[in-house]
Amino acid sequence: MIQTMHMPKAGLEHLITILRRDGYRVLGPVARDGAVAFDELRTSSDLPIGMREAQEAGRYRLVPGIAGEIFGVVNGAGSLKPYFFAPDETLLEVRRERRGFKVSEVAPAPPPHAFLGVRACDLAALAIQDRIFLHDHFRDTHYEVRRKDAFFVAVNCTRSAPTCFCVSMKTGPEATAGFDLSLTELPDGFVARSGSPAGEAMIVKLGLSPAPGDQEAAARARIDECAAGMRRRLDTSDLPRLLYDEAENPRWREVASRCLSCANCTMVCPTCFCHTVVDQEELDGNMSRRVRQWDSCFSLDHAHIHGINFRPKISDRYRQWLTHKLASWIDQFGSSGCVGCGRCITWCPVGIDLTEEVAAIRADAGKR
Amino acid sequence: MPTPYMTHPARIIARRTETAGIHTFTMRFVDRAVRDTYRFRAGQFNMLYAYGVGEVAISIVSDPADPGTLEHTIRIAGRATGVMAKWDVGDVVGVRGPYGNGWPVEQARGRDIVIITGGLGCAPVVGLINYIFRRRDQYGELHILHGVKTPNDLLYRERFDQWRREPRTRVYLTTDHPDKSWHYRIGVVTELFDELGAPPSSVAMMCGPEVMMRLAARSLRDKGIDENAIFLSMERRMECAVGLCGHCQYRERFVCKDGPVFSYRALKELMRVSGL
Repeated sequence: MIQTMHMPKAGLEHLITILRRDGYRVLGPVARDGAVAFDELRTSSDLPIGMREAQEAGRYRLVPGIAGEIFGVVNGAGSLKPYFFAPDETLLEVRRERRGFKVSEVAPAPPPHAFLGVRACDLAALAIQDRIFLHDHFRDTHYEVRRKDAFFVAVNCTRSAPTCFCVSMKTGPEATAGFDLSLTELPDGFVARSGSPAGEAMIVKLGLSPAPGDQEAAARARIDECAAGMRRRLDTSDLPRLLYDEAENPRWREVASRCLSCANCTMVCPTCFCHTVVDQEELDGNMSRRVRQWDSCFSLDHAHIHGINFRPKISDRYRQWLTHKLASWIDQFGSSGCVGCGRCITWCPVGIDLTEEVAAIRADAGKR
Repeated sequence: MPTPYMTHPARIIARRTETAGIHTFTMRFVDRAVRDTYRFRAGQFNMLYAYGVGEVAISIVSDPADPGTLEHTIRIAGRATGVMAKWDVGDVVGVRGPYGNGWPVEQARGRDIVIITGGLGCAPVVGLINYIFRRRDQYGELHILHGVKTPNDLLYRERFDQWRREPRTRVYLTTDHPDKSWHYRIGVVTELFDELGAPPSSVAMMCGPEVMMRLAARSLRDKGIDENAIFLSMERRMECAVGLCGHCQYRERFVCKDGPVFSYRALKELMRVSGL
């Protein structure tokens, strides 16, 4: 039985110090450019204390929150994704030799990362990315190197953004797996739990004592209240079949008339994994790097080959994205590609909401 | 484990021009250990790499019985293949593979074979036909059907003539827009089916434009060939070849690793919708 511990708010500073001393680069939510983003934490005062955010489809603002509340901001545009599946990284170096060339792998050697304040949806997203990059048939070296040493401090959500729908996707608001330590914030401290031997050891290092029963109950009540108050929903029942059968629903054309095909949704999505590998040659002509970069199914050339574009229209590309995310992903990897974080809704410049699109398609299919 | 993108140097040992813009290169891995362990099946492909330019998915046209020597036919279609067309004997290129599932040559053993292609010719099918000729006694009648828009699109005319002379082999050619030089059939490739004497137990394998394949598959099914015995080689953008980069998705399928060869039964629902 995992014991529930009490951690005073000052314990956070202690936690950051220990993690840094143990050699981790500690990352957590930091207010920057009018939003929060994962960034290096040197001290707990780097956290967006006393702030909250207001999110809606196509809109994000940091706003004053409750004094002393540390994890009042639910999330920002950035997920954990770029720390494991890098947006731009050299995979291979190809050096020209007198006859031919020599290929060598550029293995990253990053310091281990500790993430503080990770939400349940983002941990669920990481588990989804694991199934893509740490395959039965191959393991992506670059992803694996970063993944194996990471330390995760989850924060259970006690408030949701209006764009959140993790309850529908069964990924939150409470982190149930994939963390070393989880925290639930209360007005006078945290309820802490370990989720791994490393987390257990951290609890010892922090010298935490068991949480009084009323604190445990208060934490539970806050999480339950957050779940109950989540208004946005996505009905996932029979989803692959619905979207496959409705591949020619007129709604795809309608949403395409609003979609800018800008790819923001795929960039902020914590699970989207499309990428391309390009050659970047040195000016001296003796070395070329094979560089992996994030790609998006919204880009015009994503499905393009010599003279044929298999998805020429925005409606084709929006359908590809949504159908992949919610339907074909299940066939490919055994789970949905959506965790309900709501980022694609917030960061869409025209406020397209996938839950609304699915509901419209479902309603239309129901009429026939 | 190395990155799935790791490529291995291979040296070009022969180069042959098939027709304008189409060249066949014979190559061998430079590293002996790679060469000794490399095996492939008929219809699989490699990712070929041109230094400083990038990779292209190209099918292997040589015989799997000799995996130490690889042949690839490359048609100039873009920047990378344009560079590859200049490869010469002695040049070192990058090769990784083999990828994809290949043709169902085991399932087809002992049965009549119908091969249908369209357009500018299909390298994957050339490898398949050569495979069958090298094991001629293991297969029944071979029907090769090829359709082109105009007579000018008929590349490898001599090759079809050569195939026609092989035992138990029939070659059918057709064009949509004939000229005075054309002395074969006129019309789309499915119109050849009326003279096709293939029994329902035949196995069909095809490669070419999707519209052509879809119509051909439906006609073959109507002739009594099982949907599970009709195979289509699909073309999509393939960059990683291991189901990782996302480009070649065809609804739930990754064409690179689940295909590129699929049964008509597996694809017929998808082929009804354009832009998937």
